[in-house]
Amino acid sequence: MTYLKQDLTSVHEALVNGSQTASSLLKATYANIEQVDADVQAFLTLNQEAATKQAAAIDEAGIPADQPFAGVPVGIKDNIVTKDLKTTAASKILGNFMPIYNATVVDKLHAAGAITAGKLNLDEFAMGSSTENSAFQTTKNAWDYTRVPGGSSGGSAAAVASGQVPMALGTDTGGSIRQPAAFNGIVGLKPTYGRVSRWGVIAFASSLDVVGSLTRTVKDAALTLNVIAGHDDKDATTADIPVPDYAAKLGQSIKGMKIGLPSEYLGEGVDPAVAAQVQKAADQFRALGATVETVSLPHTKYAVAAYYIIASSEASSNLQRFDGIRYGFRAEDVKNLEDVYVRSRSEGFGPEVKRRIMLGTFSLSAGFYDAYFKKAAQVRTLISRDFDQVFADYDFIIAPTTPTPAFKIGEKVTDPLTMYMNDILTIPVNLAGLPAVSVPAGFVDGMPVGLQLIGKQFDEATLLQAGDAFEQANDYVDQIPGGAN
Amino acid sequence: MISKESVAHVAGLAKLAFTDDELQQYTNQLDEILNMVAQLETVDTTDVPVTTQSIHLENVMREDVAHNDTKIADLLENVPTKKGTLIQVPSIIDKEDD
Repeated sequence: MTYLKQDLTSVHEALVNGSQTASSLLKATYANIEQVDADVQAFLTLNQEAATKQAAAIDEAGIPADQPFAGVPVGIKDNIVTKDLKTTAASKILGNFMPIYNATVVDKLHAAGAITAGKLNLDEFAMGSSTENSAFQTTKNAWDYTRVPGGSSGGSAAAVASGQVPMALGTDTGGSIRQPAAFNGIVGLKPTYGRVSRWGVIAFASSLDVVGSLTRTVKDAALTLNVIAGHDDKDATTADIPVPDYAAKLGQSIKGMKIGLPSEYLGEGVDPAVAAQVQKAADQFRALGATVETVSLPHTKYAVAAYYIIASSEASSNLQRFDGIRYGFRAEDVKNLEDVYVRSRSEGFGPEVKRRIMLGTFSLSAGFYDAYFKKAAQVRTLISRDFDQVFADYDFIIAPTTPTPAFKIGEKVTDPLTMYMNDILTIPVNLAGLPAVSVPAGFVDGMPVGLQLIGKQFDEATLLQAGDAFEQANDYVDQIPGGAN
Repeated sequence: MISKESVAHVAGLAKLAFTDDELQQYTNQLDEILNMVAQLETVDTTDVPVTTQSIHLENVMREDVAHNDTKIADLLENVPTKKGTLIQVPSIIDKEDD
Protein backbone atom coordinates (compact mmCIF):
# COMPACT_ATOMS: atom_id res chain seq x y z
CA MET A 1 0.00 0.00 0.00
CA THR A 2 1.50 3.29 -1.09
CA TYR A 3 -0.10 6.52 0.13
CA LEU A 4 1.30 8.60 -2.77
CA LYS A 5 -2.20 9.22 -4.12
CA GLN A 6 -4.15 8.85 -0.86
CA ASP A 7 -5.18 11.12 1.96
CA LEU A 8 -6.82 10.42 5.33
CA THR A 9 -10.26 10.77 3.80
CA SER A 10 -9.69 8.25 1.00
CA VAL A 11 -8.03 5.77 3.39
CA HIS A 12 -10.89 6.18 5.87
CA GLU A 13 -13.45 5.58 3.10
CA ALA A 14 -11.76 2.33 2.13
CA LEU A 15 -11.85 1.20 5.77
CA VAL A 16 -15.49 2.17 6.27
CA ASN A 17 -16.75 0.59 3.04
CA GLY A 18 -14.82 -2.57 3.81
CA SER A 19 -12.49 -2.66 0.79
CA GLN A 20 -9.68 -2.65 3.40
CA THR A 21 -9.53 -3.82 7.00
CA ALA A 22 -7.15 -2.20 9.48
CA SER A 23 -5.18 -5.46 9.43
CA SER A 24 -4.94 -5.73 5.64
CA LEU A 25 -4.05 -2.04 5.41
CA LEU A 26 -1.30 -2.39 8.00
CA LYS A 27 0.16 -5.47 6.30
CA ALA A 28 0.19 -3.69 2.94
CA THR A 29 1.70 -0.60 4.60
CA TYR A 30 4.62 -2.61 6.00
CA ALA A 31 5.13 -4.38 2.65
CA ASN A 32 5.49 -0.96 1.00
CA ILE A 33 7.74 0.39 3.76
CA GLU A 34 10.05 -2.60 3.36
CA GLN A 35 10.46 -1.81 -0.32
CA VAL A 36 10.55 2.01 -0.30
CA ASP A 37 12.46 2.55 2.92
CA ALA A 38 15.37 0.44 1.72
CA ASP A 39 16.24 3.57 -0.28
CA VAL A 40 14.68 6.42 1.72
CA GLN A 41 15.76 5.21 5.21
CA ALA A 42 13.19 7.26 7.07
CA PHE A 43 12.30 4.70 9.78
CA LEU A 44 14.59 3.95 12.72
CA THR A 45 12.30 1.39 14.40
CA LEU A 46 9.21 -0.47 13.19
CA ASN A 47 6.39 -1.42 15.55
CA GLN A 48 5.13 -4.43 13.60
CA GLU A 49 4.16 -6.78 16.42
CA ALA A 50 2.25 -4.34 18.64
CA ALA A 51 0.73 -2.58 15.62
CA THR A 52 -0.60 -5.85 14.23
CA LYS A 53 -2.37 -6.59 17.53
CA GLN A 54 -3.76 -3.06 17.62
CA ALA A 55 -5.10 -3.39 14.05
CA ALA A 56 -6.81 -6.68 14.90
CA ALA A 57 -8.45 -5.07 17.94
CA ILE A 58 -9.70 -2.16 15.80
CA ASP A 59 -11.14 -4.55 13.21
CA GLU A 60 -12.84 -6.44 16.03
CA ALA A 61 -14.44 -3.24 17.36
CA GLY A 62 -15.35 -1.86 13.91
CA ILE A 63 -14.32 1.38 12.21
CA PRO A 64 -16.42 4.33 13.48
CA ALA A 65 -17.53 6.49 10.54
CA ASP A 66 -16.74 9.70 12.45
CA GLN A 67 -13.11 8.79 13.33
CA PRO A 68 -10.85 9.59 10.35
CA PHE A 69 -7.79 8.04 12.06
CA ALA A 70 -9.38 4.73 13.05
CA GLY A 71 -7.17 1.95 11.71
CA VAL A 72 -4.76 4.33 9.95
CA PRO A 73 -1.01 3.67 10.29
CA VAL A 74 1.03 6.75 11.21
CA GLY A 75 4.69 7.57 11.83
CA ILE A 76 6.09 9.23 14.95
CA LYS A 77 9.30 11.26 15.08
CA ASP A 78 11.76 9.49 17.35
CA ASN A 79 12.02 12.30 19.89
CA ILE A 80 8.41 11.62 20.97
CA VAL A 81 8.27 8.86 23.55
CA THR A 82 6.29 5.68 22.87
CA LYS A 83 5.65 3.11 25.60
CA ASP A 84 7.61 -0.12 25.10
CA LEU A 85 8.83 1.12 21.69
CA LYS A 86 12.46 2.22 21.52
CA THR A 87 12.86 6.01 21.43
CA THR A 88 16.33 7.36 20.68
CA ALA A 89 16.08 11.02 19.59
CA ALA A 90 18.59 9.70 16.98
CA SER A 91 21.28 9.87 19.66
CA LYS A 92 23.74 7.24 20.81
CA ILE A 93 23.09 8.42 24.37
CA LEU A 94 19.50 7.07 24.10
CA GLY A 95 20.40 4.19 21.77
CA ASN A 96 18.62 1.60 23.93
CA PHE A 97 16.06 3.78 25.66
CA MET A 98 12.69 2.09 26.22
CA PRO A 99 10.04 4.57 27.40
CA ILE A 100 7.69 3.50 30.18
CA TYR A 101 4.88 5.83 29.08
CA ASN A 102 3.40 7.43 25.95
CA ALA A 103 3.65 11.11 25.05
CA THR A 104 0.22 12.78 25.33
CA VAL A 105 0.10 13.25 21.52
CA VAL A 106 0.67 9.51 21.05
CA ASP A 107 -2.08 8.63 23.55
CA LYS A 108 -4.42 11.03 21.77
CA LEU A 109 -3.69 9.53 18.34
CA HIS A 110 -4.17 6.00 19.70
CA ALA A 111 -7.45 7.02 21.34
CA ALA A 112 -8.56 8.24 17.90
CA GLY A 113 -7.71 4.81 16.49
CA ALA A 114 -4.41 5.60 14.78
CA ILE A 115 -1.77 2.86 14.74
CA THR A 116 1.92 3.67 15.31
CA ALA A 117 3.70 2.02 12.37
CA GLY A 118 7.15 3.07 13.57
CA LYS A 119 9.60 5.74 14.69
CA LEU A 120 11.18 8.20 12.28
CA ASN A 121 14.69 9.54 11.88
CA LEU A 122 15.73 13.08 12.84
CA ASP A 123 18.77 15.20 13.54
CA GLU A 124 20.10 14.14 16.96
CA PHE A 125 17.82 15.75 19.60
CA ALA A 126 16.17 17.67 16.71
CA MET A 127 19.29 19.82 16.32
CA GLY A 128 19.86 20.33 12.62
CA SER A 129 18.32 21.13 9.26
CA SER A 130 19.22 18.10 7.16
CA THR A 131 18.78 14.94 9.33
CA GLU A 132 22.49 14.35 8.65
CA ASN A 133 23.10 14.77 12.41
CA SER A 134 21.35 11.46 13.15
CA ALA A 135 23.68 9.04 14.93
CA PHE A 136 22.19 6.14 12.99
CA GLN A 137 21.43 6.73 9.30
CA THR A 138 21.12 9.26 6.48
CA THR A 139 17.54 9.78 5.30
CA LYS A 140 17.08 10.74 1.64
CA ASN A 141 14.86 13.36 0.04
CA ALA A 142 11.85 11.66 -1.55
CA TRP A 143 12.38 13.61 -4.79
CA ASP A 144 16.11 13.04 -5.18
CA TYR A 145 18.05 10.50 -3.13
CA THR A 146 21.26 12.53 -3.45
CA ARG A 147 19.66 15.42 -1.56
CA VAL A 148 18.81 15.94 2.12
CA PRO A 149 15.20 15.61 3.30
CA GLY A 150 15.67 18.69 5.46
CA GLY A 151 15.42 18.57 9.20
CA SER A 152 15.11 18.00 11.88
CA SER A 153 11.86 16.10 11.07
CA GLY A 154 13.50 14.71 7.90
CA GLY A 155 12.38 11.13 8.53
CA SER A 156 8.77 12.23 9.07
CA ALA A 157 8.76 14.34 5.88
CA ALA A 158 10.46 11.74 3.68
CA ALA A 159 8.16 8.94 4.95
CA VAL A 160 5.01 10.92 4.07
CA ALA A 161 6.37 12.29 0.78
CA SER A 162 7.46 8.82 -0.39
CA GLY A 163 4.00 7.42 0.37
CA GLN A 164 4.97 5.19 3.32
CA VAL A 165 2.44 6.65 5.79
CA PRO A 166 -0.32 9.26 5.28
CA MET A 167 0.67 11.28 8.37
CA ALA A 168 3.69 11.60 10.59
CA LEU A 169 4.20 13.68 13.71
CA GLY A 170 7.15 16.03 13.83
CA THR A 171 8.45 18.72 16.17
CA ASP A 172 9.37 22.27 15.24
CA THR A 173 11.79 24.37 17.31
CA GLY A 174 13.17 26.63 14.55
CA GLY A 175 11.56 25.25 11.39
CA SER A 176 11.95 21.50 11.87
CA ILE A 177 8.49 20.65 10.49
CA ARG A 178 8.07 23.37 7.84
CA GLN A 179 11.54 23.16 6.26
CA PRO A 180 11.50 19.37 5.60
CA ALA A 181 7.86 19.65 4.44
CA ALA A 182 8.96 22.29 1.91
CA PHE A 183 11.99 20.23 0.81
CA ASN A 184 9.75 17.18 0.21
CA GLY A 185 6.75 18.90 -1.40
CA ILE A 186 4.23 18.19 1.37
CA VAL A 187 2.26 20.08 4.05
CA GLY A 188 3.94 20.84 7.39
CA LEU A 189 1.94 22.43 10.21
CA LYS A 190 3.62 24.06 13.20
CA PRO A 191 0.84 25.01 15.63
CA THR A 192 0.93 27.94 18.05
CA TYR A 193 3.27 27.40 21.01
CA GLY A 194 1.21 25.75 23.76
CA ARG A 195 -1.57 24.54 21.44
CA VAL A 196 -0.29 20.94 21.58
CA SER A 197 1.09 19.16 24.65
CA ARG A 198 4.85 18.62 24.91
CA TRP A 199 4.45 15.95 27.63
CA GLY A 200 6.66 13.06 26.51
CA VAL A 201 8.52 15.07 23.88
CA ILE A 202 12.26 14.89 24.52
CA ALA A 203 13.05 18.53 25.27
CA PHE A 204 15.36 20.60 23.06
CA ALA A 205 14.35 24.24 23.73
CA SER A 206 11.30 24.33 25.99
CA SER A 207 10.12 27.85 25.11
CA LEU A 208 10.20 27.06 21.37
CA ASP A 209 9.40 23.33 20.90
CA VAL A 210 6.01 22.51 19.33
CA VAL A 211 4.54 19.22 18.06
CA GLY A 212 2.83 19.27 14.66
CA SER A 213 2.11 17.20 11.58
CA LEU A 214 3.49 16.29 8.17
CA THR A 215 0.78 15.33 5.70
CA ARG A 216 0.05 15.28 2.00
CA THR A 217 -2.86 17.76 2.20
CA VAL A 218 -3.95 20.76 4.26
CA LYS A 219 -7.17 18.96 5.19
CA ASP A 220 -5.13 16.13 6.71
CA ALA A 221 -3.20 18.70 8.76
CA ALA A 222 -6.52 20.04 10.06
CA LEU A 223 -7.79 16.55 10.90
CA THR A 224 -4.54 15.81 12.77
CA LEU A 225 -4.67 19.06 14.75
CA ASN A 226 -8.26 18.22 15.72
CA VAL A 227 -6.87 15.13 17.46
CA ILE A 228 -3.63 16.41 19.04
CA ALA A 229 -4.55 19.98 20.12
CA GLY A 230 -5.69 20.95 23.59
CA HIS A 231 -4.78 21.64 27.19
CA ASP A 232 -2.87 18.96 29.08
CA ASP A 233 -2.58 18.90 32.88
CA LYS A 234 0.84 17.30 32.41
CA ASP A 235 2.16 20.29 30.41
CA ALA A 236 1.66 23.57 32.28
CA THR A 237 2.67 25.53 29.16
CA THR A 238 -0.38 24.34 27.18
CA ALA A 239 -3.07 26.98 26.72
CA ASP A 240 -6.42 26.34 28.37
CA ILE A 241 -8.56 27.62 25.51
CA PRO A 242 -11.17 25.72 23.46
CA VAL A 243 -10.15 23.63 20.44
CA PRO A 244 -12.30 24.50 17.40
CA ASP A 245 -13.01 22.09 14.53
CA TYR A 246 -10.03 22.98 12.34
CA ALA A 247 -11.68 21.43 9.28
CA ALA A 248 -14.83 23.58 9.63
CA LYS A 249 -13.62 26.52 7.51
CA LEU A 250 -12.02 24.44 4.75
CA GLY A 251 -13.55 25.17 1.38
CA GLN A 252 -14.86 28.59 2.44
CA SER A 253 -13.91 31.58 0.31
CA ILE A 254 -10.94 33.69 1.36
CA LYS A 255 -12.33 36.69 -0.49
CA GLY A 256 -11.58 39.93 1.32
CA MET A 257 -8.74 38.55 3.42
CA LYS A 258 -5.72 40.80 3.86
CA ILE A 259 -2.34 39.17 3.39
CA GLY A 260 1.08 40.67 4.20
CA LEU A 261 4.17 39.81 2.17
CA PRO A 262 7.28 40.85 4.15
CA SER A 263 10.00 42.38 1.99
CA GLU A 264 12.70 40.99 4.33
CA TYR A 265 11.71 37.42 3.35
CA LEU A 266 12.37 37.97 -0.35
CA GLY A 267 15.70 39.76 -0.11
CA GLU A 268 19.35 38.82 0.11
CA GLY A 269 20.11 35.11 0.37
CA VAL A 270 16.77 33.99 -1.06
CA ASP A 271 17.03 32.18 -4.40
CA PRO A 272 15.30 34.46 -6.98
CA ALA A 273 13.57 31.41 -8.45
CA VAL A 274 12.08 30.64 -5.00
CA ALA A 275 11.03 34.28 -4.59
CA ALA A 276 9.37 34.10 -8.02
CA GLN A 277 7.24 31.13 -6.90
CA VAL A 278 6.12 33.16 -3.87
CA GLN A 279 5.18 36.13 -6.08
CA LYS A 280 3.24 33.72 -8.26
CA ALA A 281 1.45 32.44 -5.15
CA ALA A 282 0.66 36.05 -4.15
CA ASP A 283 -1.00 36.54 -7.56
CA GLN A 284 -3.03 33.38 -7.02
CA PHE A 285 -4.25 34.67 -3.65
CA ARG A 286 -5.25 37.92 -5.38
CA ALA A 287 -7.14 35.89 -7.98
CA LEU A 288 -8.96 34.17 -5.08
CA GLY A 289 -10.17 37.57 -3.90
CA ALA A 290 -7.62 38.39 -1.20
CA THR A 291 -5.44 41.48 -1.14
CA VAL A 292 -1.67 41.03 -0.85
CA GLU A 293 0.49 43.97 0.19
CA THR A 294 4.17 44.36 1.00
CA VAL A 295 4.84 44.70 4.73
CA SER A 296 7.98 44.99 6.84
CA LEU A 297 9.34 42.86 9.70
CA PRO A 298 12.45 44.96 10.33
CA HIS A 299 14.12 42.77 13.01
CA THR A 300 14.08 39.62 10.85
CA LYS A 301 17.83 39.79 10.23
CA TYR A 302 18.55 39.38 13.97
CA ALA A 303 16.39 36.27 14.38
CA VAL A 304 19.06 33.64 13.66
CA ALA A 305 21.48 35.18 16.16
CA ALA A 306 18.81 35.49 18.87
CA TYR A 307 17.54 31.99 18.17
CA TYR A 308 20.90 30.24 18.43
CA ILE A 309 21.58 31.88 21.80
CA ILE A 310 18.11 31.15 23.22
CA ALA A 311 17.67 27.64 21.80
CA SER A 312 21.22 26.58 22.72
CA SER A 313 20.91 27.99 26.24
CA GLU A 314 17.69 26.08 26.84
CA ALA A 315 19.23 22.96 25.29
CA SER A 316 22.32 23.12 27.50
CA SER A 317 20.01 23.17 30.51
CA ASN A 318 17.61 20.47 29.25
CA LEU A 319 20.43 18.11 28.24
CA GLN A 320 22.03 18.19 31.70
CA ARG A 321 19.73 15.26 32.56
CA PHE A 322 21.78 12.95 30.34
CA ASP A 323 24.39 11.93 32.89
CA GLY A 324 24.66 8.15 32.42
CA ILE A 325 23.10 7.39 35.80
CA ARG A 326 19.37 6.63 35.57
CA TYR A 327 18.94 5.81 31.87
CA GLY A 328 20.71 5.97 28.56
CA PHE A 329 24.30 5.30 27.59
CA ARG A 330 26.90 4.92 30.36
CA ALA A 331 30.60 4.88 29.43
CA GLU A 332 32.59 1.83 30.53
CA ASP A 333 35.77 1.58 32.60
CA VAL A 334 35.10 4.79 34.49
CA LYS A 335 37.17 5.80 37.53
CA ASN A 336 34.65 7.80 39.54
CA LEU A 337 31.29 9.56 39.38
CA GLU A 338 32.61 12.68 37.64
CA ASP A 339 34.10 10.38 35.03
CA VAL A 340 30.67 8.74 34.48
CA TYR A 341 29.16 12.13 33.69
CA VAL A 342 31.94 13.46 31.47
CA ARG A 343 32.73 10.28 29.56
CA SER A 344 29.07 9.24 29.07
CA ARG A 345 28.20 12.67 27.71
CA SER A 346 31.33 13.02 25.60
CA GLU A 347 30.95 9.56 24.04
CA GLY A 348 27.12 9.69 23.88
CA PHE A 349 26.47 13.08 22.23
CA GLY A 350 27.32 13.85 18.60
CA PRO A 351 29.28 16.93 17.42
CA GLU A 352 26.34 19.28 16.71
CA VAL A 353 24.70 18.57 20.07
CA LYS A 354 28.00 19.27 21.82
CA ARG A 355 28.38 22.51 19.83
CA ARG A 356 24.96 23.72 21.01
CA ILE A 357 25.59 22.67 24.62
CA MET A 358 28.87 24.61 24.49
CA LEU A 359 27.25 27.73 22.97
CA GLY A 360 24.39 27.58 25.48
CA THR A 361 26.61 26.99 28.49
CA PHE A 362 28.80 29.90 27.40
CA SER A 363 25.78 32.20 26.90
CA LEU A 364 24.48 31.46 30.38
CA SER A 365 27.85 31.55 32.16
CA ALA A 366 28.89 34.21 34.66
CA GLY A 367 29.96 37.44 32.97
CA PHE A 368 28.32 36.65 29.61
CA TYR A 369 24.64 36.24 30.56
CA ASP A 370 23.66 39.91 30.05
CA ALA A 371 25.54 40.32 26.78
CA TYR A 372 24.23 37.11 25.24
CA PHE A 373 21.15 35.44 26.78
CA LYS A 374 19.46 38.58 28.08
CA LYS A 375 20.19 40.53 24.89
CA ALA A 376 18.80 37.71 22.74
CA ALA A 377 15.64 37.51 24.90
CA GLN A 378 15.12 41.28 24.44
CA VAL A 379 15.57 41.02 20.66
CA ARG A 380 13.01 38.22 20.76
CA THR A 381 10.51 40.76 22.14
CA LEU A 382 11.25 43.13 19.23
CA ILE A 383 10.72 40.32 16.72
CA SER A 384 7.32 39.51 18.32
CA ARG A 385 6.34 43.19 18.21
CA ASP A 386 7.11 43.32 14.47
CA PHE A 387 4.56 40.55 13.93
CA ASP A 388 2.00 42.21 16.27
CA GLN A 389 2.17 45.39 14.20
CA VAL A 390 1.56 43.55 10.93
CA PHE A 391 -1.27 41.47 12.41
CA ALA A 392 -3.06 44.64 13.50
CA ASP A 393 -3.84 45.18 9.81
CA TYR A 394 -3.47 41.78 8.13
CA ASP A 395 -5.09 38.33 8.55
CA PHE A 396 -1.91 36.41 7.84
CA ILE A 397 1.53 36.60 6.23
CA ILE A 398 2.95 34.68 3.26
CA ALA A 399 6.65 34.06 2.67
CA PRO A 400 9.00 31.41 1.32
CA THR A 401 9.55 28.55 3.80
CA THR A 402 13.22 28.18 2.84
CA PRO A 403 15.73 30.33 0.92
CA THR A 404 16.52 27.47 -1.50
CA PRO A 405 15.22 24.01 -2.45
CA ALA A 406 16.83 20.94 -0.81
CA PHE A 407 20.62 20.91 -0.95
CA LYS A 408 22.92 17.94 -1.58
CA ILE A 409 23.81 15.44 1.14
CA GLY A 410 27.20 16.46 2.56
CA GLU A 411 27.06 19.96 1.06
CA LYS A 412 26.62 21.96 4.28
CA VAL A 413 27.14 19.55 7.16
CA THR A 414 30.77 20.58 7.72
CA ASP A 415 29.88 24.27 7.99
CA PRO A 416 27.58 24.88 11.00
CA LEU A 417 27.03 28.59 10.34
CA THR A 418 25.88 28.09 6.73
CA MET A 419 23.52 25.39 7.96
CA TYR A 420 22.13 27.74 10.66
CA MET A 421 21.43 30.49 8.09
CA ASN A 422 19.22 28.06 6.17
CA ASP A 423 16.61 28.49 8.94
CA ILE A 424 16.36 32.28 8.67
CA LEU A 425 12.79 32.27 7.27
CA THR A 426 11.31 29.82 9.78
CA ILE A 427 13.00 30.86 13.07
CA PRO A 428 11.12 34.17 13.69
CA VAL A 429 7.82 32.25 13.93
CA ASN A 430 9.14 30.11 16.79
CA LEU A 431 10.55 33.10 18.65
CA ALA A 432 7.10 34.75 18.50
CA GLY A 433 5.18 31.52 19.27
CA LEU A 434 3.05 31.85 16.12
CA PRO A 435 1.36 29.13 14.04
CA ALA A 436 2.61 28.55 10.50
CA VAL A 437 2.03 26.04 7.75
CA SER A 438 4.21 25.22 4.75
CA VAL A 439 2.30 24.19 1.64
CA PRO A 440 3.69 23.06 -1.74
CA ALA A 441 4.22 26.05 -4.07
CA GLY A 442 5.70 24.53 -7.19
CA PHE A 443 9.17 23.51 -8.26
CA VAL A 444 12.60 24.98 -8.93
CA ASP A 445 14.89 22.79 -11.04
CA GLY A 446 12.66 19.81 -10.37
CA MET A 447 12.76 20.18 -6.58
CA PRO A 448 9.74 21.27 -4.49
CA VAL A 449 9.42 24.75 -2.99
CA GLY A 450 7.31 25.61 0.06
CA LEU A 451 5.05 28.60 0.70
CA GLN A 452 4.83 29.54 4.36
CA LEU A 453 1.61 30.96 5.79
CA ILE A 454 2.14 32.63 9.18
CA GLY A 455 -0.83 33.47 11.41
CA LYS A 456 -1.91 35.10 14.63
CA GLN A 457 -1.50 33.09 17.82
CA PHE A 458 -4.17 30.35 18.06
CA ASP A 459 -5.59 31.25 14.61
CA GLU A 460 -4.61 27.99 12.89
CA ALA A 461 -8.14 27.83 11.41
CA THR A 462 -7.54 30.83 9.14
CA LEU A 463 -4.16 29.47 7.99
CA LEU A 464 -5.67 26.09 7.16
CA GLN A 465 -8.59 27.70 5.33
CA ALA A 466 -6.21 29.81 3.22
CA GLY A 467 -3.72 26.96 2.73
CA ASP A 468 -6.52 24.71 1.55
CA ALA A 469 -7.79 27.37 -0.88
CA PHE A 470 -4.26 27.69 -2.31
CA GLU A 471 -3.89 23.92 -2.56
CA GLN A 472 -7.21 23.62 -4.43
CA ALA A 473 -6.13 26.35 -6.88
CA ASN A 474 -3.04 24.33 -7.87
CA ASP A 475 -2.18 20.79 -8.91
CA TYR A 476 1.03 20.56 -6.86
CA VAL A 477 -0.48 17.96 -4.53
CA ASP A 478 -0.87 15.60 -7.51
CA GLN A 479 2.86 15.66 -8.33
CA ILE A 480 4.52 12.40 -7.33
CA PRO A 481 8.19 12.17 -6.30
CA GLY A 482 10.63 9.74 -7.83
CA GLY A 483 13.70 9.84 -5.61
CA ALA A 484 15.85 7.59 -7.76
CA ASN A 485 15.41 9.78 -10.86
CA MET B 1 38.00 36.32 19.87
CA ILE B 2 37.17 33.54 22.33
CA SER B 3 40.27 31.79 23.67
CA LYS B 4 40.95 28.09 23.75
CA GLU B 5 41.25 28.38 27.54
CA SER B 6 37.73 29.88 27.80
CA VAL B 7 36.33 27.08 25.67
CA ALA B 8 38.06 24.53 27.91
CA HIS B 9 36.48 26.24 30.95
CA VAL B 10 33.01 26.08 29.35
CA ALA B 11 33.57 22.39 28.49
CA GLY B 12 34.24 21.78 32.19
CA LEU B 13 30.97 23.50 33.14
CA ALA B 14 29.09 21.44 30.55
CA LYS B 15 30.72 18.16 31.71
CA LEU B 16 32.23 17.51 28.29
CA ALA B 17 35.79 16.41 27.51
CA PHE B 18 37.59 17.20 24.27
CA THR B 19 40.92 16.22 22.76
CA ASP B 20 43.28 19.09 21.99
CA ASP B 21 42.35 18.96 18.29
CA GLU B 22 38.63 18.96 19.08
CA LEU B 23 39.11 21.87 21.47
CA GLN B 24 40.79 23.89 18.71
CA GLN B 25 37.99 23.03 16.29
CA TYR B 26 35.25 24.00 18.77
CA THR B 27 37.13 27.22 19.56
CA ASN B 28 37.19 28.15 15.86
CA GLN B 29 33.53 27.28 15.34
CA LEU B 30 32.30 29.02 18.49
CA ASP B 31 34.30 32.06 17.52
CA GLU B 32 32.61 32.13 14.11
CA ILE B 33 29.15 31.72 15.71
CA LEU B 34 29.84 34.41 18.33
CA ASN B 35 30.95 36.79 15.57
CA MET B 36 27.61 36.26 13.86
CA VAL B 37 25.80 36.75 17.19
CA ALA B 38 27.72 40.00 17.83
CA GLN B 39 25.32 41.80 15.45
CA LEU B 40 22.80 41.80 18.32
CA GLU B 41 24.95 44.50 19.97
CA THR B 42 23.80 46.95 17.29
CA VAL B 43 20.11 46.58 18.30
CA ASP B 44 18.80 49.24 20.72
CA THR B 45 17.10 47.27 23.50
CA THR B 46 16.83 50.10 26.02
CA ASP B 47 13.78 49.44 28.24
CA VAL B 48 12.80 46.40 26.14
CA PRO B 49 11.61 43.55 28.40
CA VAL B 50 12.88 40.01 27.84
CA THR B 51 10.61 37.35 26.32
CA THR B 52 11.02 33.88 27.80
CA GLN B 53 7.44 32.69 27.22
CA SER B 54 5.75 33.64 23.97
CA ILE B 55 2.05 33.12 24.81
CA HIS B 56 2.16 35.16 28.02
CA LEU B 57 1.16 32.48 30.49
CA GLU B 58 2.29 33.10 34.02
CA ASN B 59 2.06 31.36 37.37
CA VAL B 60 0.07 28.33 36.25
CA MET B 61 -1.29 26.83 39.47
CA ARG B 62 -2.63 23.38 40.27
CA GLU B 63 -3.78 21.52 43.35
CA ASP B 64 -0.88 20.02 45.29
CA VAL B 65 -2.12 16.43 45.13
CA ALA B 66 0.25 13.50 45.43
CA HIS B 67 0.19 10.94 42.62
CA ASN B 68 1.69 7.49 42.71
CA ASP B 69 1.20 6.44 39.11
CA THR B 70 4.58 4.95 38.30
CA LYS B 71 5.89 1.67 39.64
CA ILE B 72 9.45 1.54 41.00
CA ALA B 73 10.19 -1.43 38.73
CA ASP B 74 9.20 0.65 35.68
CA LEU B 75 11.39 3.54 36.79
CA LEU B 76 14.36 1.18 37.11
CA GLU B 77 13.80 -0.39 33.70
CA ASN B 78 16.33 1.84 31.91
CA VAL B 79 18.93 2.00 34.69
CA PRO B 80 22.29 0.77 33.34
CA THR B 81 23.25 -1.13 36.54
CA LYS B 82 21.21 -1.67 39.70
CA LYS B 83 21.05 -3.68 42.92
CA GLY B 84 17.52 -4.43 44.00
CA THR B 85 15.67 -1.13 43.85
CA LEU B 86 18.86 0.95 44.03
CA ILE B 87 20.76 2.56 41.17
CA GLN B 88 24.37 1.35 41.17
CA VAL B 89 27.10 3.88 40.32
CA PRO B 90 30.90 3.78 40.46
CA SER B 91 32.56 4.85 43.70
CA ILE B 92 32.58 8.61 44.14
CA ILE B 93 36.12 8.60 45.55
CA ASP B 94 38.79 8.33 42.88
CA LYS B 95 40.23 4.82 42.78
CA GLU B 96 43.79 6.19 42.74
CA ASP B 97 43.01 8.02 45.99
CA ASP B 98 41.97 4.83 47.83
